[in-house]
Order: sequence, then C-alpha cells, then structure tokens
Amino acid sequence: MAIVMNYIECNFLLTKGDFILDVNTRIPAQGVTGVLGESGSGKTTLLRCIAGLEKLQEGDSRRPNERNIGYVFQNTKLFPHLTVQKNLEYGWRRNPNTNKSIIELSKIFEVDHLLDRSIDQLSGGETQRICIARALCQDPQLILMDEPLSSMDVRRRKNFLPYLDRLSKKTSIPIIYVSHDIDEICQLSDHIIILENGRVIAEGNLQETLCRVDIPFLNNQYACSLLEVRKLEYDSNFDLSLFEFSGGKLWVPGHYDMQSGKFRINASDISLSRTLLKSSTILNSLPSVIEEIVNETASTQLVRLRLGESFLIARITRRSSYELKLKIGEEVYAQIKSVIVGC
Amino acid sequence: MDITSLWLSFKLASITTIILILFSTPLAWWLSQSRSKLQPVIQAIVAMPIVLPPTVLGFYLLIVLGPEGAIGSWWVSLTGNTLTFSFTGLVIASCIYSLPFAVQPLQNSFESLSYSHLEAAWTLGASKLDAFFSVVIPLSLRGFISASVLSFAHTLGEFGVVLMVGGNIPGTSRVVSIAIYEHVEKLNFAAAHQLSIVLIIFSFFLLFGMFLVHRRWQS
Repeated sequence: MAIVMNYIECNFLLTKGDFILDVNTRIPAQGVTGVLGESGSGKTTLLRCIAGLEKLQEGDSRRPNERNIGYVFQNTKLFPHLTVQKNLEYGWRRNPNTNKSIIELSKIFEVDHLLDRSIDQLSGGETQRICIARALCQDPQLILMDEPLSSMDVRRRKNFLPYLDRLSKKTSIPIIYVSHDIDEICQLSDHIIILENGRVIAEGNLQETLCRVDIPFLNNQYACSLLEVRKLEYDSNFDLSLFEFSGGKLWVPGHYDMQSGKFRINASDISLSRTLLKSSTILNSLPSVIEEIVNETASTQLVRLRLGESFLIARITRRSSYELKLKIGEEVYAQIKSVIVGC
Repeated sequence: MDITSLWLSFKLASITTIILILFSTPLAWWLSQSRSKLQPVIQAIVAMPIVLPPTVLGFYLLIVLGPEGAIGSWWVSLTGNTLTFSFTGLVIASCIYSLPFAVQPLQNSFESLSYSHLEAAWTLGASKLDAFFSVVIPLSLRGFISASVLSFAHTLGEFGVVLMVGGNIPGTSRVVSIAIYEHVEKLNFAAAHQLSIVLIIFSFFLLFGMFLVHRRWQS
C-alpha cells in the first residue's frame, strides 16, 4: 500500500488456505470508495492488507503502526479497560503530529457528553461513533471502514449514515468503505470496487459502474441505476415533489427538505413502452434510447437506457422484448414505478 | 513462635513470585501465540513440575546446582559460594518448582484476550511492545493476580524440593514446612500446631482474597 500522487496503490497477493486475494488496483486518494462483494469475497482481507494486518508474500512490509491508517473494525473494538476519553486519546497520544482536537471531534460525533463514561455504559450507536472518532483522532492519511453499521438496527443505521456522509465531506481524508449493502454504498461512495473470489471484477465511478450490464454479480443482486437529482418544485395539492436530473424530470410522492441528492431506481421498477402512454397511472414516463441489451436469466433481460448524460437499467421479460422487437439505438419510454430517495 | 522460618518462607515466596512473573510473562505470551512445532514441547516441560514428585525435581536440581553440576560449578567460580544449601539455590529451585503455577494462569488469560484489541492498538499507532503494555497487560490483570497468588502460595507450601536442595539450615533454608516437619519429629506438637495454623489461616485468606477479586471483576 502506498499513496502515490492522487492514488492509493493496492497490489496484494495473499493466500489463506484455499482463498486467494489477488488485487492490483488504484483507489482514488479522495472521497469515499465503496467496496462491494458477497461475504467471503475478500472485502475484509483487502482492508487488512491495506492496514498492514496481514503478512504478505511480497510488497509493503511496514507494520500497522507505521502506516497512519484509521481502521474502524466490523465488530466494535473499543478498549474495555479505558474510559471513552482515554480510548480517544489512545491514537492521539501516539501520533504526535496530529492537530486534531479530541473535544472538537467528540462534538462532531455528539459523544462529548460521554467522555467520562466507561465502555460498558454505551449504546451500540454511541460505541460506533466513538470508534470512528477514535480512528480520526490520530489524523490518519486514510480511513478504512469495515461494515461500520452492521451492529446497528435499521433505524439506527438511517440516523447514522448522515454522520458518515458529513465526515467524508468535511475532511479531505479518503475513506474506503466495505459493505454488502448497496444502499449504504450508493449514499456514501463516489467510487466503487466490486470484489468476487478475491479479485476485482469491476471498479470505477459509482454511477457509471452501477449502470454496467456486463457484470453478472451486479445484475443478479443489485441491478439498479443511480441519479444525481436537484429539487425543482413541490406540488402541495397532490403532495408531489419534482426533481431534475441530467436527462429528465421525475415526480416523487412526498415533500423533501433536501435541495439535491441521489435517487436509486431498481431495474425491476422500470418498464418500457414504445409509445407515450397517456392513459396510464404511471407518473414518470421518460424518453430514452436503448444502449445495450443483455440476457440476465432464461426469462429476463437487462436493458441499458441513455437519457441525456444519465443511464437507467430496466429489467424486462425476454418475451416482452421479443414481442416489442427492441433493438439497440431505438427510442423507448422508460416508465418508472418507484424511486428510492436518498438511497 | 518460629518467626525466623516464617519470615524465610515469606521472603522466599515473595522473591520467587516476582522473578516468576517477570520470567513467565514473555514465556506465557509466546506459548499463547506461537504456532511453532516447539510449542507443545515447551508447554509439556513447563507443566512437568505439576506431575513430578518434588523429590525427583529436588534430586536433579541438587545435581545440577551442586558444586560439580553445570550451573553449580559456574556459580562457585563466579561467587565462591555453592548454590546448594543456600538461599539463592532455594530461589532457583522454587522458581522451577512453581513455574507452571505462574505460566498457566497467564497463558489462559492471554489466550482468552481478543486479538482484535491488539490489532486495534496497532492501527492506532502502538508498536508491538507498546500495545502489549497498554492493552494486553491491563486486560489480563486477572491472570496476573492468579499467577502471583498461586505461585506465592505454592512456594510457601513447598517441602520436598527445599529439603533436597536446601536442607535444614536455620535462617538460610529452614522454611516453615521444614520447621513443622522437624517439630513433629521431635514430638514438639505445640510448636508444629502454631506454625501450621498460621499457614492454614494465611493460605485461606490469600486464596479467598483472590476469588473475591475475581468475582468482583465478573460483575
């Protein structure tokens, strides 16, 4: 692991029993890089290699304490014999060059009232916030997060994601974020790496990579598209909000405070039609051009659509495709049944 | 009351405990972490004093520590004194005799320690040694208390090894257990009672204190 120019060079070859991690990639040294993959695909091992916790056959042999990398472990690892404050001070004391203030960081993560507590008096969410704050106290050049939300229930997760989002925007420290949850990845990341059996099968800009239809892993589980949107107006008569993206406009039920954000649309929530259906209950029907069609299963196909500068992926049955005689380059209407706001 | 032998026993047990903790900590850590083929061999050697009769241990220690023995002759050339029938010889013998009682509790607590705490410490900038002192030792305090109490109590109660290596020299090697034995041989039961009761009460409160601390820790 080395940070060269604007990239983190990751060249790792590691054999563990019959599992082989073979990664040669460059991760942008800014923003959030999401690492997606099934369990056993090597996500955690990749992070451990970056942190120096695995012995590599060759390459970087620096010990973890020589790398200045903040690591937020999957299962929270606060030191039980220390108070919250001493836990935060642990990394801070050992990195004399840090200019971070513990008080300031504990305020950002809303744990400043807990500093005197012992570890067994904390809730799961508090513990996790302290873990992240602790990793930041040492002023790391890189932060690794291994499913930091996995110990929380769904409601807590929703409350917690904004903390992470703020963190990545406030600090210029690059974050590598491991998760198997596409929602978390979509909300936080700018860049994505997909791991399968210890190898990188796809990587790149989040939106562009998600819209690829040639990655079976994405197709089967996560076929979806991501849109950067901006709020235009709110129709109080029908309680609908209008959002704009580079390629069209979308009506979404409800009122939203956010001015801009991300929408995720599952491939199964998009259907296609050759003509604009006037007498339909579907609110959003957007003109688009077919870019790519691939067979997903024996019965379904994935269709990649271009709308201006944006892409959508639709899952349709092979029969519909055959009956409509869909071809690449043709214009169709994408009918969007529902969107996931804010991912 | 035979204060001299009581004090001698106490001194021997204290010095032995201190040396054992210092020596056993790295040994127990190595035993808890090592995947070497040598590990079970060392493990067995460390445990030997539990099963061997003290006379066997004492017999070979007498040979090795004696003026003709490997360590004994070296000691004579170094200091001019013999190790056998001396307090120093007794300390060496006690350390070997009580070694498993220090190593095993430490090893158990090191093994039950979550390795991830250590990794967390490393990623926060701690070197291996720093992490050992700032994380492993504080989290293994129970093991250290058990190891200290057990090696102290076990050394206090030793008889066979002392008799073989140290003999029965007042102020040098006549520890409480030997003194009791001699009182009984001379049919001086009152003196034997006195010392025995002191040992019983002391040992009880020592162990009681240890288990009390453990219980507090659990809750």
